[in-house]
Amino acid sequence: MEDKEIKNVMDEGFKPEVYFCDARPKVVTPVANKFVRKFYNWAQANSLWILAFGTGCGSIELPPLYKARYDVSRFGIFPRPTPRQAGVFIISGYLSVKTLKRVIRSYEQMQNPKFVLGLGSCTVNGGMYFDSYNTINRLDYYLPVDVYIAGCMPRPEALIAGFNELKKLIKEGRAEGANKYVENLDWYKANQKKIIKDWDLPEYNW
Amino acid sequence: MKSKELSETIEINQQTPTKTILNPWQPFWAEQKEFDLKSGKYLKIWHGPQHPGVTGNMALELTLQGDVVVDCKTHVGYLHRGFEKLMERRKFIQCFPIVCRICVPEPDYNEYLFAAAVEELAGIQVPERGQWIRTLVLEMIRLASLTMGLGGQAGAFGLVPVGQWGVAHRDFILDLFEELTGGRIYHMYIIPGGVRQDFPDDEFPHRVELVLQKLEKLILDIEKLMFNNAVFKARTKGLGKIPAEWVELFGITGTNARAAGVPIDVRKDNPYLVYEQLDFEMILGSASDVYERSLLRKEEILNSINLIRQIFKKMPNKGEVRIKLPNVLHWKVPAGETYVRAETSRGEMGYYMVTDGSEYPRRVHVRGASYTHAMALLEQLAVGVSIADVAGLMVSLQTCPPEIER
Amino acid sequence: MEDILNRLDQKFYVQARYVQRPNLAFVTLKKNVAVQAITYLRDVEGFRHLVMISAVDYIEQNMFQLTYILHNYQLHSDIAVRVELDRENPVMDSLHHLWAAAQVYQREIKEMFGIDFPGSPRVDEPMILEGWDNIPPMRKEFDTKKYSEETYFPREGRASCDPVKIMEKKLYRVEAEVKYEIKRVVRDNRNKSADAN
Repeated sequence: MEDKEIKNVMDEGFKPEVYFCDARPKVVTPVANKFVRKFYNWAQANSLWILAFGTGCGSIELPPLYKARYDVSRFGIFPRPTPRQAGVFIISGYLSVKTLKRVIRSYEQMQNPKFVLGLGSCTVNGGMYFDSYNTINRLDYYLPVDVYIAGCMPRPEALIAGFNELKKLIKEGRAEGANKYVENLDWYKANQKKIIKDWDLPEYNW
Repeated sequence: MKSKELSETIEINQQTPTKTILNPWQPFWAEQKEFDLKSGKYLKIWHGPQHPGVTGNMALELTLQGDVVVDCKTHVGYLHRGFEKLMERRKFIQCFPIVCRICVPEPDYNEYLFAAAVEELAGIQVPERGQWIRTLVLEMIRLASLTMGLGGQAGAFGLVPVGQWGVAHRDFILDLFEELTGGRIYHMYIIPGGVRQDFPDDEFPHRVELVLQKLEKLILDIEKLMFNNAVFKARTKGLGKIPAEWVELFGITGTNARAAGVPIDVRKDNPYLVYEQLDFEMILGSASDVYERSLLRKEEILNSINLIRQIFKKMPNKGEVRIKLPNVLHWKVPAGETYVRAETSRGEMGYYMVTDGSEYPRRVHVRGASYTHAMALLEQLAVGVSIADVAGLMVSLQTCPPEIER
Repeated sequence: MEDILNRLDQKFYVQARYVQRPNLAFVTLKKNVAVQAITYLRDVEGFRHLVMISAVDYIEQNMFQLTYILHNYQLHSDIAVRVELDRENPVMDSLHHLWAAAQVYQREIKEMFGIDFPGSPRVDEPMILEGWDNIPPMRKEFDTKKYSEETYFPREGRASCDPVKIMEKKLYRVEAEVKYEIKRVVRDNRNKSADAN
C-alpha cells in the first residue's frame, strides 16, 4: 500500500463492517449421497487440528500430549496457531469472563467443520470454582460442546479417550455442535451478552 | 524513499532510551508514551492471548515501528478466578485443593506456604522426617518446572527438539509424583502438620535416582544442542538485559536477579525447612541477558539434582511424617498475621495470611513469584526488542500468568 | 530489630508494634506519615525490597488496613507497615515513585478493594476484571456465591456437600439423629417460650 492509502485508512478510522463479514451464519447440511458423506466424515475424523489456545490450567497437559510420550500426531491430531487452520477448540478448564469474550471471537473465526471439547470439571458445572465471581459455570450455555472430558485435571490418556469419542461421533455424523450454534444463535448470544457487560464485538464476525 | 524511512527509524530508536525526565514523581517507569498511530509510522498489534508464543494466557499490547517494539503494555486477568476471595469462604483444610491451582507448573509451593503460614500462626511443629519429605517434594517440582522451562526457552527460539526433550523428561518426574502422592499435576500432598503419607516403598529413592541419571544425560545433550548453538547464541546474547540496579526497583527475585549478579536466594538468606543442613552454593551470573538466564537455569537443574541426592542421604530413615491433629473441619487458628516465603524456580513466592480466630482465614494474599517480572519489568524490557524475540524474552522471565492474577 | 523499631518510633510515632518472628515485625503508622516512614526505611535503614502491598477489609471496625511488607537484604528481615484507612472514601498516597513494582500492586488494590491511589500510573484502567459494574469484589460485603448463582447458570443437581453432615450420616447415623432431635426440641421450646413472652 502507498503511504497516502495508509493515511486515508487511518484517517477514516477502523470500520469493522468493511473488513469482517457480519452476515448470519448458515447451517451446513450434510451431503445427500451416503457414500460421499461417509467419506467426508471419515476424512474429518482423521484430521482433527487443535487450536493452540491455552484458556485455563488444562493447557499444561497439552504439551505432553503432543510430545514423544503420548504423541497424538499418530491419530492425525496436531496443534495449529491460528483459528483459520484449526478444527477443534479445546476449552482447557475454567473460563473467566474476560477469556470467554476472546474464546467466542476465536470460535466464530474457525471454519466449518468445527468441534468443541470441554476439558475438566470446570467446564461441566464450574468444578471447584462453582462460587467464583469471575468464572462461568456451564460452558454449554455459551458454546456448543461436543464432548466433555471430566477430571481435574484429566490425564493425557483421558484426553486421548475424549478424542476417540469425538471421532466416533464424527464418523456417525452426530457431532453437530456448529450447526446447533447456528440454529440457536439468538439464545447463545443472549447468554453471552448477559455476562459480557461491555459487548463491543460485531454480532457474528468471521 | 524506503531507505529514507529506514534511517529515520534507526535514529528514533537511538533517541528513546537516552531520554531522561528529572521530575522525581514521574520516573521513567511511570511515563506514559503517546504515539501518533494516524501517521502510519507505527503499528499496534496484540501479542496474545490467543498466540502460541505467549506463556500461559496473557496479552501484550505492542506498538511497533517496523520490526522493533517501541511501547509495550501488559494485560492480565484472563485467568482470574478470585482465589483470595474463595479462600475467605472455605475452611482451612478446604483451601488446600484450591491453593495448589494458583501456579500450575509448581503447585507444591502453594501448598507448602499455606501450610507453613497456618503452622506458624497455630504453633504446630512438623516432625523431622515430614520436613525432609517436604523439601524433597519442593525440589522435585522445581526440577520439573525448570526442565520444562528450559525446553520452552529453546522452543521460543526455534529449537523445538529441546522443547520436546524437556516436556518428555518432565513426565518422568510426574510419574514419581504419581507414585508418591497419587496425583500427576496437582498433589495436595503437604498439609499442616506434615505430609499426607510416607514413601510408597523402600525402593522409591532408587527409582528417583534412575530419573536423576536420565536428567543428567539430558543436560549434556542440551548443552551440545542449545548452549553451543551459534544461532541461539546470536539471538539471545545481549537480549533483555536487566541492569543490577533494577533488581530492587522492580522487586526482581530468583534466577532473574541472580543472573544480574545480585546474590538473593531465599534458601540461603532465610532458610526454611531443612535447607540449613544441605550443602549447596548460590549460583550467580553477571551478563544478565537471556542466554545467561538460561545458563543459570541449567545450573539450577544440576543443583536440584545434587540437593535431591543429599536429601536421600541425610534424611532419617524412620519416623513420623505427620503429627496428630484434631478434626480438620473444626480448626480454629488463633488470630494473627504472618508472612512466609519460599524460593520457587521463578523467584520469591510468599503468602501473607491474616486470621481472626474463626474457622475461616480472614485474608490470604499471594505474592506470585513472577508478579512484578511479568507486569512492570516486561513493559520496560520489551522496548527496543524485535517482535520475533518478544516470546523468548517472556519465557526467559519465567512469567506464569495464573499466579499473577490468581 | 528492636533498635530499628525504636528509631522508627522516635521519628514517626508508631501506634502499635508487634513482633511475629525475630525477623518479621508489624508496625502500625498513621496515614499521613506512612509514605515518609517507608521512604525512611528504604533509604536509611536499608529495607530496599518491596515485597508486596496488600489490603485487609475489617468491615466490623469500618476500616481498611493496608500492609506494606519491606525486606532488608543485609539483615534478612522484614518490616510490615500497616496503615488504617477509613472505609468510606478510602484514599492513600501513591508509592509509585519509590518502586516501579508498586504501581502494579496499587492498580490491583484499586480494582479489588476500591482504594484510590491518586497519581499512580494507569491506576484507573481496569487490570483484571473487564466490564465490572458491581462493588469491588474483594470487599467483605460482596457475596461471591450469590453473585455466581445469579449471573452464571449453575448446573442443577449440585448438592451442598457439608462434610460434617456427610461424615455424621456415614459414621454416626444414630448419634446424629439423636443430636438433631435434641437440637430441634430445644429450639422448639425456645420458640414456644419466646411466643409465650
